[in-house]
Amino acid sequence: MLDQIHDLYDSLERQRVMLSFKGSLTPELITALLGMIEQKMDIIESDAKTRKRVFNVVMECLQNLFHHNAVKQVDNGQDAHLKDPHGVVMIAHFEEGYSVVTGNFIAGKDVEKMKIHLDKINGLEPDGLRDLYKETLTNGKFSANGGGGLGMIDIARKSGGKLEYGFVPYDEHNSFFSLNVNVIK
Amino acid sequence: MESLKLEGSPKTPHVNFDPESGLMELKGRSIPENSIEFYKPLIDWIDQYGRSPKAKSTLHMQLEYFNTSSSKSILDVFKKLEAIRAAGNEVIILWHYEADDEDMHEAGEDYAGIINVPFKMILIEEVDGQ
Repeated sequence: MLDQIHDLYDSLERQRVMLSFKGSLTPELITALLGMIEQKMDIIESDAKTRKRVFNVVMECLQNLFHHNAVKQVDNGQDAHLKDPHGVVMIAHFEEGYSVVTGNFIAGKDVEKMKIHLDKINGLEPDGLRDLYKETLTNGKFSANGGGGLGMIDIARKSGGKLEYGFVPYDEHNSFFSLNVNVIK
Repeated sequence: MESLKLEGSPKTPHVNFDPESGLMELKGRSIPENSIEFYKPLIDWIDQYGRSPKAKSTLHMQLEYFNTSSSKSILDVFKKLEAIRAAGNEVIILWHYEADDEDMHEAGEDYAGIINVPFKMILIEEVDGQ
């Protein structure tokens, strides 16, 4: 374990990681993480538009993790705490902009629907995304959280690039959803 | 009817709704995890105000950030104002945005295209977070 600490530091340093977190999210923790990102962005990013876009993307990604999280099912019952909103997030800085990476568990039955949604978003140019946002805002069915599919559209609009994603089957019922959002300066 | 005043927080805007002047104000950040819970009292207030509104009602929207969870609730607020206008009253929404924030400007234009209430885009220097 001890010899891995330097490797971990090295890896985070090489990837220019500004913040990384794995675990359960609460609204209070999201507030704290957003505060940290805002402070760092104030120091390293001089362009106000980019600062705001990164903050927006990080906020939507964290709230996605908080709202959309499949119960990670375990047979031995020892990991009951994993039923809390649970995932991983990493924000890195690179030459052309910022990268916001998230990972969380989703129900296997939702994977196909999610892929269709993401591919539709990735197939659109900025004007098309704007139209889809407005259409979803006015006609969309909204969940108790109020989101209703706007989150990913907004993330794509703020990113200025395509959403990179992948699904890895985890167990019989769940998949692990990975998302990389590049916010280009 | 009483005015509705709420202090701003890191995730919710400062609110000042005054029935005497017909002036409503949302200022700061609207990024709560559960926007429906936050906006319900605001929408209920406008609903009640709409029963005997002032001849002119003005809503100032001066947001630095809002999340997608809030965007639907904000639309619901605007729809209440749209109903007040449809009943024959004057209503205006003033959408404030910072010069370098083209995303916020675009968001205002999006709402203006959806809601049948006059929108005025107001350029500001800097949004005070609180």
